[in-house]
Amino acid sequence: MTKQQANWSPYDNNGGSCVAIAGADYCVIAADTRMSTGYNILTRECSKITKLADKCMMASSGFQADVKALQKLLAARHLIYQHQHNKQMSCPAMAQLLSNTLYYKRFFPYYSFNVLGGLDSEGKGCVYTYDAVGSYERVGYSSQGSGSTLIMPFLDNQLKSPSPLLLPAQDAVTPLSESEAVDLVKTVFASATERDIYTGDKLEIVVVNAEGIRSEYMDLRKD
Amino acid sequence: MFRNQYDTDVTTWSPAGRLFQVEYAMEAVKQGSAAIGLRSKTHVVLACVNKASSELSSHQKKIFKVDDHIGVAIAGLTADGRVLSRYMRNECINYSFTYESPLPVGRLVVQLADKAQVCTQRSWKRPYGVGLLVVGLDELGAHLYYNCPSGNYFEYQAFAIGSRSQAAKTYLERRFENFTDSSREDLIKDALISVRETLQGEKLKSSICTVAVVGIGEAFHILDQETVQQLIDAFEIVGEDEPPVPEVGDAEADQGEAAAPAAEEGAAPMDI
Repeated sequence: MTKQQANWSPYDNNGGSCVAIAGADYCVIAADTRMSTGYNILTRECSKITKLADKCMMASSGFQADVKALQKLLAARHLIYQHQHNKQMSCPAMAQLLSNTLYYKRFFPYYSFNVLGGLDSEGKGCVYTYDAVGSYERVGYSSQGSGSTLIMPFLDNQLKSPSPLLLPAQDAVTPLSESEAVDLVKTVFASATERDIYTGDKLEIVVVNAEGIRSEYMDLRKD
Repeated sequence: MFRNQYDTDVTTWSPAGRLFQVEYAMEAVKQGSAAIGLRSKTHVVLACVNKASSELSSHQKKIFKVDDHIGVAIAGLTADGRVLSRYMRNECINYSFTYESPLPVGRLVVQLADKAQVCTQRSWKRPYGVGLLVVGLDELGAHLYYNCPSGNYFEYQAFAIGSRSQAAKTYLERRFENFTDSSREDLIKDALISVRETLQGEKLKSSICTVAVVGIGEAFHILDQETVQQLIDAFEIVGEDEPPVPEVGDAEADQGEAAAPAAEEGAAPMDI
């Protein structure tokens, strides 16, 4: 007697990659804008990045319907927070909220692989990386999505501080300047686009710093 | 109003067809410190008097932001007002979430009125003891509504509630016909003058009043104390009871109406 299998899945993977890098006083969040299903492209111009709070952005790859639902929920929760506390949510607070929100659906998860990026309460760059059910960690850089297996080792090579067993422990932030970090992101996506079929079309880069938030775009290979 | 045998329950009618508990609730609104609202085609202004219970305490918050396009000022039992504001905020958030568009203020006001009506028809509840001046925008423009504890709501060009609001209403009755085309600045000035009317001689300072504005292209926000004090100083120099003097660059409309009210302004509005 073989086990019954579902002939329909509530999930779909729309592909794409996301990256975030934290600096001393800035944070770079980037994602490609390709949305696909199977071997087809649905659109070349879909943003995976959303602003959750004044100094907090989230990039999510995976199932875009779940991503959209998650973004709406967090936006509504942020409004409630603002009404109650008369101020914006800090990035670490939003990070915890996202974790709780994801775990709430532990038994029917949001198929959403997220990276949160922004400035913490002291104005330093921070990046939080998540799995689909809310396990999270503050890191100096991270990538998620279909291209993450190609991107992450490269970021480790460029940014990872030496093992703390050998040298004194270092800050979780990258010693790069803002423009160096943006260039690194562009390089990383250009490379990932070469080998990951789900990544390409256009790259959206968002930089959060003390002055505010600015966006930049770069064309990627469309094949 | 005197005590009588029909006023114990909200669910008891009097032989004259009145619900006394509801009317008593409306009395509670009259006890609260004044709140005033005025609207033009494009903007609505709320102003209220901040009365602290003693010199040692801070004053209670009477103006609440409900959404970017809706705000509310309350008079009466502030606790009831706070709870209703929370309800309004939730309704706006839920509507936005479902329909990806802002809740029209006219719809919110009806929901609020229905909520108030429930409390007038349950023996285990009491009516909300707070009057709400709800201001907001929809596709047709700016609106000002008044919601009473009875569950009734009315739309107004200008209105005042709370203690000594009659003085403000008298001032507003004289001027309201001009409000539709008023500029944002004139509207705020009229609001501040109305507040001053309710103070019965006490000096108008930014520390005892709060002003909030919402308009087309301008999200609901409460003006900070410095801005309010500057506005007060600007027209105080002109003197008591004078119509707003056209400032540099103001519309000609001001010039026309400045002549007519000047004659009527002579009678002190305090003589009611």
